[in-house]
Amino acid sequence: MKINKKIDGRDAQGNTWLYSDIVKDHFFNPRNILFYGEEEIYEADASGRVGSPACGDEMVVWLKIDPKTEKIKECKWQTFGCGSAIASTSVMSEIVTENNGLTIDQALKIKPQDIMERLGGLPAQKVHCSVLGDKALRMAINDWFRKTGQHQRIVVEGAKIIDEKLRITDRDIEEAVLEGARNLEDIQKKLKVGVASPEAIPEIEQLIRFYTEKYYG
Amino acid sequence: MFFNKKKKSFVYLDHAATTYIDERVKQAMEPFWIKEFTNPSSLYAPALKVKGFLSEARKKVAKILQALPDNIIFTSGGTESNNLAIFGIARKYQNQGKHIVTSKIEHQAVLRCCEQLEKEGFTVTYLEPDSEGFISPKKVLSAITPETILVTIMYANNEIGTIEPIVEIGKEILKWRKEKNTVFPYFHTDACQAAGALELAVEKLHVDLLTFNGSKIYGPKGVGVLYKRRGVEIQPLFFGGGQEMGQRSGTENISGIIGLTKALELVQDNRLAENKRLFNLRNYFWEQVQTKINKVKLNGPKLEDELLRLPNNLNFSILDVEGEALLLYLDNYGICCSTGSACTSASLEPSHVLSACGLPYEYSHGSLRFSLGHCNTKADIDYVMEYLPEIVEKLRKISPVNLGVVQHAKYK
Ligand code: FES
Repeated sequence: MKINKKIDGRDAQGNTWLYSDIVKDHFFNPRNILFYGEEEIYEADASGRVGSPACGDEMVVWLKIDPKTEKIKECKWQTFGCGSAIASTSVMSEIVTENNGLTIDQALKIKPQDIMERLGGLPAQKVHCSVLGDKALRMAINDWFRKTGQHQRIVVEGAKIIDEKLRITDRDIEEAVLEGARNLEDIQKKLKVGVASPEAIPEIEQLIRFYTEKYYG
Repeated sequence: MFFNKKKKSFVYLDHAATTYIDERVKQAMEPFWIKEFTNPSSLYAPALKVKGFLSEARKKVAKILQALPDNIIFTSGGTESNNLAIFGIARKYQNQGKHIVTSKIEHQAVLRCCEQLEKEGFTVTYLEPDSEGFISPKKVLSAITPETILVTIMYANNEIGTIEPIVEIGKEILKWRKEKNTVFPYFHTDACQAAGALELAVEKLHVDLLTFNGSKIYGPKGVGVLYKRRGVEIQPLFFGGGQEMGQRSGTENISGIIGLTKALELVQDNRLAENKRLFNLRNYFWEQVQTKINKVKLNGPKLEDELLRLPNNLNFSILDVEGEALLLYLDNYGICCSTGSACTSASLEPSHVLSACGLPYEYSHGSLRFSLGHCNTKADIDYVMEYLPEIVEKLRKISPVNLGVVQHAKYK
C-alpha cells in the first residue's frame, strides 16, 4: 500500500501543511471523542495513554470490548496534538468500530498506512502523528489482555540496544525515522550522538531501511 | 459542529510575516515596469534618467538612516542583507579573528549564516536572552574577545516583539574598541521587524551595518537594504557587473528599489501616530483575551512600555491546546496568524525564540502570534474574539492534557 506522495503540503521551509478534505473533515468534526471530564464516568474495559517523543503531544484511547467475540464495541479518544493527530485518531476510531467492530486480532493488524490511505495521504512530516493513535490503541489492547489475564498475548515492543557505546535502541531509530531521519548522519544528528561503533553501523542502517519502508514505503 | 455565525473571509493578523503593498507604493513603482525600464548602467538618455531615479532613491533612504548615500547597498531582501553583512565581514576580516557574537533569538537568516561559519572554522557565541527576550549589553561586552570581529544582534524580535537595547550595546562596543585601540568588533543589526516602527538613525544606534527589507513595511518583496558604514569593508557574495559600488553585482531592481524607498518614507513619516494606534488596539486585544479565555500567558515583554516591545506584536500561550490545531480552526474563519508550536516546524522543535526565553515545551506548544498592521481595526479584534474562545473550548474538550491537574506524559 503506497501513501499518496503527492499530498505533501510542506513549503520550502517545511512550515505549512496542506491537508486533504478528508483530513479537514475529521479535524473539524472528530468522531468518537470522549470529552474532557467524561472519562471519569465512562466505563472503559481498557485504556492506553501515549506521549509523542517527537513533538511532545499526547493521546489517550479508551475501548469497550465484547469479551465473547473480542470485538471492539467502542473506541473513544482524546488528543493534545496537531490537525493530523486529531484526524488520524478520528479515522482510526472509525476503522476499528465500523461494521460491528474489528476483533482484537484484526485491530492489531492495522498499519499506519491504512489510516493514511483513508485520510487521502498526510504530509511526510506528519506521519508520526498517525502512529500516535495507533500506539495508544495497542497500549489499550495490551491493557485489556492484562485485565483479562491473557498475559501471554501482550505484545511488548521492547527496546533492543543496537549500539552499546551510544546506547541507541531500535526504538530510538524508529522515532528518528518518523521525525525525518533517512540515513546514519541524520540519526546521529537527531539523537545528538557522535559516530557509532563501526560494528553497529550495518544494523543501524538496516533498521533505517526497515522503518523507512514500514512507514513511508 | 457548533459554529454558525457569519464568517469573514480574511482577517489578516500576520504582518510580521509579510505585508501587502501600500497603494501609494504601488503607484510609485508602476512607471518602472514598462516605461522607465532601461538598465541604469547604459549610457543613453533614458538610462541616465533611470540612473537619476536610482540615486534619488539612495539619497532618500540615506536621509532616513542619517547616513551617506554611498553607505546604502540595495539587495534582494532581508535574507541577502543579513548574509552579505555576516559573510561579508567574516570573509573580509578572518585574518583579524574568527569569533562572532550573536543571540539565540535571531532570525534564521542570521543563525544559519553563523552555523555555516562555524563549519568554516569560526567560533560563535550565542547569547541567552532573559525571560522577556532582552539581550543584556553587559553580556554582549563580556562575550567579546580580541578575536571577535562581528557582533550581530537584532533590533526587534519577530516572534515576541522585544526591542533590543541596540544603543546601549553599541555604546559598550565603542567603549571596548576605544580601550583596546581597535576597530573591532563591527556591529550589525537586523532591523527587518523594526523598520516600520522604530527610529533608524544609524549614528544614534551606534551600528556599523544595518539590515532591513521592503516586504515588512508595506513595500515590495524581493528588495532590501544593507547599510554599511564608510570604512567598513565587506567581501561581496555576488560577482559580476560591479553594481552597488562593486559590493552587490546584478542589474538593479529599479521598481523594487523605488517601492522600498517610498514605503520607508511613508512608514517612517507616520510611525508615531500609527504606533500609538496599534499599541492601543493590541492592548485592547490582550485585555479581551484575558477576560474571555482562562489559562493564558503573555510571552515577551510587558505591554505597557512602548519602548520595550513592538506596538503591533501580541504573543501568548493558551494552555492545554496545540497551536497548529488552533491555527487551522482560525484559518477556517479567515483569520491569519502564526504559532511557535513544534507541530508546525519541520524539525518538530518548538520556537527557538520561546525556548531560549525559557518557556517550557507545553507552553510553546499553545503559543499564538498576532501581528497587527495598517488594515486592522477594532472590528477585526472583536471578530477574532467571537471565535477564539469557542475554538479553545472545543480543543480543550478533546484534549487529555489539563496542565496543573494532569501531568503531561512527557514530564512524568
Ligand atoms: S501531533 Fe505534533 S506534529 Fe502532529
